[in-house]
Amino acid sequence: MNPLETFRVALRALVRNKMRSFLTVLGIIIGVGAVIAMVAIGEGAKARVEESFASMGSNLLIVLPGSTSSGGARGGFGSMPTLTWDDLRAVRSEISSVRYAAAVLRSTVQVASEDQNWSTSASGTSPEYFSIRSWRVANGRSLLDSDVETSTKVVVLGQTVVDKLFGASADPVGQTVRIKNIPFEVVGVLAKKGQSAMGQDYDDGVFVPQTTFQSKIQGGLQKFLSGTIFIGATSAEGTARAEAQITSLLRDRHHIAPGADDDFSIRNLTEMANAQQEGTKTLTTLLASIAAVSLLVGGIGIMNIMLVSVTERTREIGVRMAVGATPLNILLQFLVEALTLAVAGGIIGVAIGIFTAGRLAAKFGWPVLIRPDVVAISVGFSALVGVVFGLYPARKASNLDPIEALRYE
Amino acid sequence: MALIDLDKISKVYRMGDMEVHAMREVSLAVEEREFVAVMGSSGSGKSTLMNIIGCLDRPSSGIYRLDGREVSRLDRKELAHVRNRTLGFVFQSFNLLARTSALDNVELPLVYAGVPARERHARAKQALERVGLGQRLDHHPNQMSGGQQQRVAIARALVSGPRVILADEPTGNLDSRTSIEIMALFQELGAAGITVLLVTHEPDVAAYAARVVVMRDGHVVSDARQAPRPAAPDLLTAPPATTTTTGNTTNTGTTTGSGPAAAGALPVAPKGASA
Repeated sequence: MNPLETFRVALRALVRNKMRSFLTVLGIIIGVGAVIAMVAIGEGAKARVEESFASMGSNLLIVLPGSTSSGGARGGFGSMPTLTWDDLRAVRSEISSVRYAAAVLRSTVQVASEDQNWSTSASGTSPEYFSIRSWRVANGRSLLDSDVETSTKVVVLGQTVVDKLFGASADPVGQTVRIKNIPFEVVGVLAKKGQSAMGQDYDDGVFVPQTTFQSKIQGGLQKFLSGTIFIGATSAEGTARAEAQITSLLRDRHHIAPGADDDFSIRNLTEMANAQQEGTKTLTTLLASIAAVSLLVGGIGIMNIMLVSVTERTREIGVRMAVGATPLNILLQFLVEALTLAVAGGIIGVAIGIFTAGRLAAKFGWPVLIRPDVVAISVGFSALVGVVFGLYPARKASNLDPIEALRYE
Repeated sequence: MALIDLDKISKVYRMGDMEVHAMREVSLAVEEREFVAVMGSSGSGKSTLMNIIGCLDRPSSGIYRLDGREVSRLDRKELAHVRNRTLGFVFQSFNLLARTSALDNVELPLVYAGVPARERHARAKQALERVGLGQRLDHHPNQMSGGQQQRVAIARALVSGPRVILADEPTGNLDSRTSIEIMALFQELGAAGITVLLVTHEPDVAAYAARVVVMRDGHVVSDARQAPRPAAPDLLTAPPATTTTTGNTTNTGTTTGSGPAAAGALPVAPKGASA
């Protein structure tokens, strides 16, 4: 008896009891459906987090200046400039795992075009900043090293600022905006970057050379860098090394005694992203255990119904044996029946899971990622459940004595 | 050499501490083309004899040769192959698969023989035509009379071209007129070269066989050849000698063959309450 024939016989037996077959596999349908839906939504959320981290910049480290402590009131990071321009130069030139380093000086300013104005954040920085943030220029040009050297009054606008000052479709390159009443020439517009994970609009900002920032927007101390340093490490793996090297370099430069606190802090965004991923992993493990339990319950349901089926069809088994079915034929028939039930349940579960994930995602505006490997594993696992729980009833059927089976009432 | 050759076959069942001797050193030889009826009361061992001949059971001791091959020591799988290729079964309660068409029922032995679908259909159709059910291929058992169901069962027994057909009380659930039709069919098969072994407790049914073996307490107590009573269909259509039709009331009325009055022409044995 060939496999196709066995499958046909099994299918016919299952179709004969449609309702019962359906109820039997309901456990597997729900289990697989839940897993597929949850994993799809979880993957969507994960992709969103990854996307937002990637939009902050790849392999990004941020060095913040230290805190003040006067009269017992501690000021928090950034309250006192402890980083110097020499520190920046040293980091840039002495540490091999640092690819880019840029100062970012920030201030909230009022920016005005001919007929509109807008309050936004102005950053004084150098061209490396855009490389660190992997931020492309959509129109015009970026800042140049020569702009920094000669303190030119040029500005690169974020897309939101362009929208507010000139309108969404306008091309402001070549026009003039006034920052603190000082005219700046718009040389470029940055590509749209969207929101951060916390909802901050990256595109709401303007960028000027750091030297111009210091001389025209917010004067600082000559020696100290009154802002933060953005670092782009050479690789994702290199961020931890870069962090350690920068820490030791700055402690050395700042003459901090061993055991004393740093007068700066370093934020490692790769590590934050990894922590986020750890959370996702925990969620995945949880889902997998729920799936395992529901599949186990589904498997027991299949075994139960297969045992009932074997008892019900004892005479049929006897007849099949009498006309020449071998014990193996009978074993396979019932095993394939259990397998068909389980796999059908798995496939229906996948369909329902994808449908549910799609509906939920549409409702909440999440991306949906159906992972083919999860689908394959779910169906494969269902099949395994079918075989494992179908084996006992199938063995019971194949071990029947044909005489007893034929006499069974 | 005989087609069926039993040599000192014994069968002992264990029921708790008790040993039940269902067969005690039975020796029996059945030649090809013989039409044998095995008779005996219940508990005589006739069913055990049939089960062993039918390769559904193995003897406790003794040697059984079927068509020259010793089958008394084969395992379950090999016995299944022997049943599939050499034997055909007909049961008292028909034992057709419910909710399955006549054609599919008849195809069943061929499915296990690995015959391809197209050939299977053709052979099953042929077998059904041979038993006079060529027009009812798609009917399900619940749409057929007892006689028709038994014909389907006979077609199923025939379809793989067996050497021996074993029939266990094949007329036990049928009315007398239908019984005669079924016996006629068996005689026809015998004439066509198939060995028929029939278990019955009705002397009236045994009368159609050419040889009657009687069992009691696990022994063969009598083994005699006789002139079989003909059950030819033309006899069924012959004008009735008497006009009694009372024996016919259980007929479902859909069987093929003669008109209802014909049954009265034949000796209608009082169907025992044991049927």
